[in-house]
Amino acid sequence: MNRLARMAVARRNPGRWHWTDIAAYAYLALGVVLMFGPVLWLGLSSFKTQAGLLEFPPSLLPMSQKEVRIEGQAQPLPLFEVTMEDGSKRVLAQVRRVGIQAQMVDPANPGQIIRVPIDKRTPVREFKLATENYTEPLERFAFMRFLWNSVFVTVVATLITLVINSMAAYALSIYEFRGKTAVMLMVIGTLMIPITIILVPVYLVITELGLVNSLWAVILPGAATPTGVFLLRQYMLTLPRDLIEAARMDKASEWQIYWRIVMPLAMPALAVLAIFSIMWRWNEFLWPLAVLTKTEAYTLQIGLNAFQGELQTQWHYLLAMTVVTLLPVALVFVFLQRFITTGIANTGMK
Amino acid sequence: MASDAPIPAAQLERAGAASLFAAPLAALMRLIDWPMQVLQRLIGERRMAYVFLLPNLVFFSLFVFLPLIINFVFSVTGGAGLFPSERPYVGAQQYAYLFDCGSFLDPSSCREDHFWRGVSNTVRFTVFQVTAMVLFSLLTAVVLNMKIRARGFFRAVYFFPVLLSPVVVALTWKWILQRDGLLNAAITSLGGERILFLVDPSWAMFWIVFVSIWAHMGFYTLILLAGLQAIPADLYEAAEMDATPRWRVFWRITLPLLWPNMIVVIVLALIRGVQTFDEVFVLTGGGPGTATLMVVHYIYETAFANQVQNFGLAAAASVVLGVVLFALTLAQLAASRRKGAA
Repeated sequence: MNRLARMAVARRNPGRWHWTDIAAYAYLALGVVLMFGPVLWLGLSSFKTQAGLLEFPPSLLPMSQKEVRIEGQAQPLPLFEVTMEDGSKRVLAQVRRVGIQAQMVDPANPGQIIRVPIDKRTPVREFKLATENYTEPLERFAFMRFLWNSVFVTVVATLITLVINSMAAYALSIYEFRGKTAVMLMVIGTLMIPITIILVPVYLVITELGLVNSLWAVILPGAATPTGVFLLRQYMLTLPRDLIEAARMDKASEWQIYWRIVMPLAMPALAVLAIFSIMWRWNEFLWPLAVLTKTEAYTLQIGLNAFQGELQTQWHYLLAMTVVTLLPVALVFVFLQRFITTGIANTGMK
Repeated sequence: MASDAPIPAAQLERAGAASLFAAPLAALMRLIDWPMQVLQRLIGERRMAYVFLLPNLVFFSLFVFLPLIINFVFSVTGGAGLFPSERPYVGAQQYAYLFDCGSFLDPSSCREDHFWRGVSNTVRFTVFQVTAMVLFSLLTAVVLNMKIRARGFFRAVYFFPVLLSPVVVALTWKWILQRDGLLNAAITSLGGERILFLVDPSWAMFWIVFVSIWAHMGFYTLILLAGLQAIPADLYEAAEMDATPRWRVFWRITLPLLWPNMIVVIVLALIRGVQTFDEVFVLTGGGPGTATLMVVHYIYETAFANQVQNFGLAAAASVVLGVVLFALTLAQLAASRRKGAA
């Protein structure tokens, strides 16, 4: 125990403890609670029953009242621990409540009704995961549809982004041609134009193309990302030129050089762009909100937002669906945390 | 913002994220190979550059350049039509309407009071948010840069909300802040009264600032952490030799050398803050009343959500927002040039 305690407080450089070290660990501990707490609470709450969610103060774990099936009763009956008049305690099932009296039965002897004042009973609770929060929305709402829409948008948009951005980056890093500076300036210029300021005209373009309420309306506008072109070009500039010259000598066509030589070599940068694109697309909100008005076309984010308007009182479904929306990102984070953080540290994009 | 720093290739290849997309891509590429060869024979090797640029340029023109122009057209035309041909020219009328104010300090004296409500809220939000964001991400970065155990774990703790979608972030907090939520349970167990956090205007503003810091702090912390790690260690060693107090080391070494990154963080946070929409929209819906209505929210409502869609007014407001963002971006460019020179 002593060793464990020493291990826990040991620092990399042994020496005197400065008060800032203690403050630092206190800050980090608070950070863990504050950052993880809300998501953990979301996860725990999503497994509570509708009745469990209405409890105040809320219980930490998903607890619900134990129920028992008794012959002759249509519904399962809730179990209570009852303090009898003589002071003994019995576990009884409640048939119905009349005013301040509860009619209860002993599960072992269902024929005999016992009348008990309601303040003499306390519910018997057990740990139970309300998995129906997860399964019911799948049947009752278009949740699967939203999930599919989101997956489709994310995968297709990322593919398009990777192809057209790497093509542009290839042209801008390997060739010298007239107008190159102008194109570079345009790319840099568009870095600064977010969708928020061209919402209305992009909507017009999409309408002219007849794409309103189709998933392509979500996919296309963000496909050519200047950030992506920039990142890939920067990486391709570091590739050895001799390799490309040698391939030209061997009569490889420009297209073959692009996808057989440059693309595989640029894989690290492509992977970073792919990860970012997946995150952007999965989480995108404002533009899909503006352009998708039919429920069938909703992505997960828009669907979830619509639910929170409609299901004000049905938090048990809402929380479970929020967890499902969060899961893919959580998985990506667990496996690829390092690449995302180095990617951000190197490029400053998000 | 892209730097020349190479991405650790060995690390990334282990990721395997790219392999998910590699197979369909390869098939597509093989399909295009033959037509591309024919094309190259026709136009020559050097002009292939234009072919490679073409798809991207088509997308840029269609979804960025063209919209930029149409935005201006929208903002100087009136009527309810979406297509420019259906819209009569009205000159600067939309802008005049937008700026028709008794006093710019009092949104209720304006004809388009929701816009100015949005401006005032956005300015307040941005000022609070950026200040607190810079302070907390600096504090976190400094702590994470100390010689602590499990640094990777703690960095991940602060970073992970960055990846969550705004809807998820907002709903997570809405669940905690609601009337019978976790926070009110804590308050009542300590003997306090329940607070309706999202119904009280001041509390609502506080919580949208708090939640947006919670969600995005990790991103700025990473940028500052990268800056801290670039500060040469021998500077600190020299300071330690001289037994310089820690606060003095911080003021005299850490902060001046971190300044370029700080500017990047401030400007990026400003640019993002001005465009705040998603989390606030889901968390408070702009309410109570218009207490947390942001400019982007106003644009969205005016163009898409209101009964009468007013594209002209929304476009005029977007142009105003665009001008502000452009000014901020120029500031960012100037700052990053200074950073490059330093």
